[in-house]
Amino acid sequence: MAKLILSLEGSVIREVPLDKERITIGRKPQNDIQIENLAVSGEHARVMTILNDSFLEDLGSTNGTLVNGNPVKKYILQNNDVIEIGKYKLKYIAAAPAAQTAARTPAEDMDKTMILRAPAGARTPAAPAGPAAAAAPAAAAGAPPKPAAAPSLAAIRILNGPSAGRDLELTKNLTTLGKPGVQVAVITRRPQGYFIAHVEGKQFPVVNGKTLDVQAHPLNDHDVIELAGVKMGFFLKTK
Amino acid sequence: MVNLSSILEIATATHPGMVRSHNEDSIAADAEMGLAVLADGMGGYNAGEVASGIAVELILTEMKKALAGKAPDELNGKEMERLLSEHAAKANGTIYQAAQSQPQYSGMGTTLVIALWHDNRLSVGHIGDSRLYRLRGDALEQITRDHSLLQEQIDSGMISKEQARYAPNKNLVTRAVGIDPEVEAEVHTYAVQPGDIYLLCSDGLPDMVTDEEIELTLSSLKANLPLAAEQLVQQANDNGGRDNISVILVRVLKDFPARSGWLKKLKSWF
Repeated sequence: MAKLILSLEGSVIREVPLDKERITIGRKPQNDIQIENLAVSGEHARVMTILNDSFLEDLGSTNGTLVNGNPVKKYILQNNDVIEIGKYKLKYIAAAPAAQTAARTPAEDMDKTMILRAPAGARTPAAPAGPAAAAAPAAAAGAPPKPAAAPSLAAIRILNGPSAGRDLELTKNLTTLGKPGVQVAVITRRPQGYFIAHVEGKQFPVVNGKTLDVQAHPLNDHDVIELAGVKMGFFLKTK
Repeated sequence: MVNLSSILEIATATHPGMVRSHNEDSIAADAEMGLAVLADGMGGYNAGEVASGIAVELILTEMKKALAGKAPDELNGKEMERLLSEHAAKANGTIYQAAQSQPQYSGMGTTLVIALWHDNRLSVGHIGDSRLYRLRGDALEQITRDHSLLQEQIDSGMISKEQARYAPNKNLVTRAVGIDPEVEAEVHTYAVQPGDIYLLCSDGLPDMVTDEEIELTLSSLKANLPLAAEQLVQQANDNGGRDNISVILVRVLKDFPARSGWLKKLKSWF
């Protein structure tokens, strides 16, 4: 099922499944998605969903509706489009094709590489289609691909040395720490949280007094990282 | 034959992704020969693996033979390009024959990208939508142009690059190995600089991870090539991993002119 992910300044507020034909957005409480903000009109916009397609319509709002930065009145939503209403953003995630049509043949799969003018034989692989069709959807249907929903924001605070007290926000999916050529580690932001891994140098990073091995190590709130003689705290920012 | 094992550092990773049960990609890399090959197979049941496997195996072994039999001064850019074309054609013939003669392989094919380093240069041959990128400094550049319906639509101005990211039919290639009796690889040669990092990948990477993210990952993690390869695959999987993902990373550690060192020194005296 398609959905909208409502966020404000990078923090996800909630996910709204497009489970009915009409979803309204506005400041008034009767809206399906109520946004209490003066920049938002009482009845601001609506999203109509018919089968697999969703249409966005601005309801004559005072401050307008943007999609990917452009003002729109009526618009057919595409996967990953970002709707902006005031300071709020709504990301449109289309229904995962793998989830809807689990029983289709491999030839209809739109992510699988295919030659444009394959001979007819390629479309209906005679006998082998059975096991392939049975095996592939088993993996596909169970877990429809989720877009990377970023975890909550986090930061690194330097705890000792001349820069003690300095904060470094982890705004990117990858943040490297340390001195190139001496010791470098990387913090990766993944849907399931933050991880630290060794990049270069003879010394491996130490987390809460334990030296890491080559494996990436999950980070928890208030973990203490030691890297090239510098102690750093890892903090999750609460929304 | 020139040995490039002290010149090229190579790291690879391949993964079926989060949705598919089969990995139809095949990869191989040989630092000594200065060769990297990646193929993304297609076809029913396991025919995709068979096609990409034949292409990679055949090119690796045949190229080894071809290079071993030649003196370094014979191996100029033109000759290397010819070798790439010839071996892509051979792979095509072999896969096409197999597909014609055995019903379970009917319609199988594969994309192909081959990179061959020689004499401070890189010759690249490709067919389909598997790609070669280059990171020079901290800037990533796509070197190959996909042979795909989407690329044709971009070229003709029908859609923008941004729209292309979300377009359906992303998976339709206009050229592939093993589908027709003959196919021509697109072959080019580029100058190489020490410090360059080359990335060969199947479409499962760029379909899931933007070029900006690939650039950030490679430039942040270039000190640790195996970690960078693993990280790229992980990012594609974190974003959904809808297709098989394969990457070959090759770092050029230093200059590798074909002429032997003393001759060059002698020449520079005069």
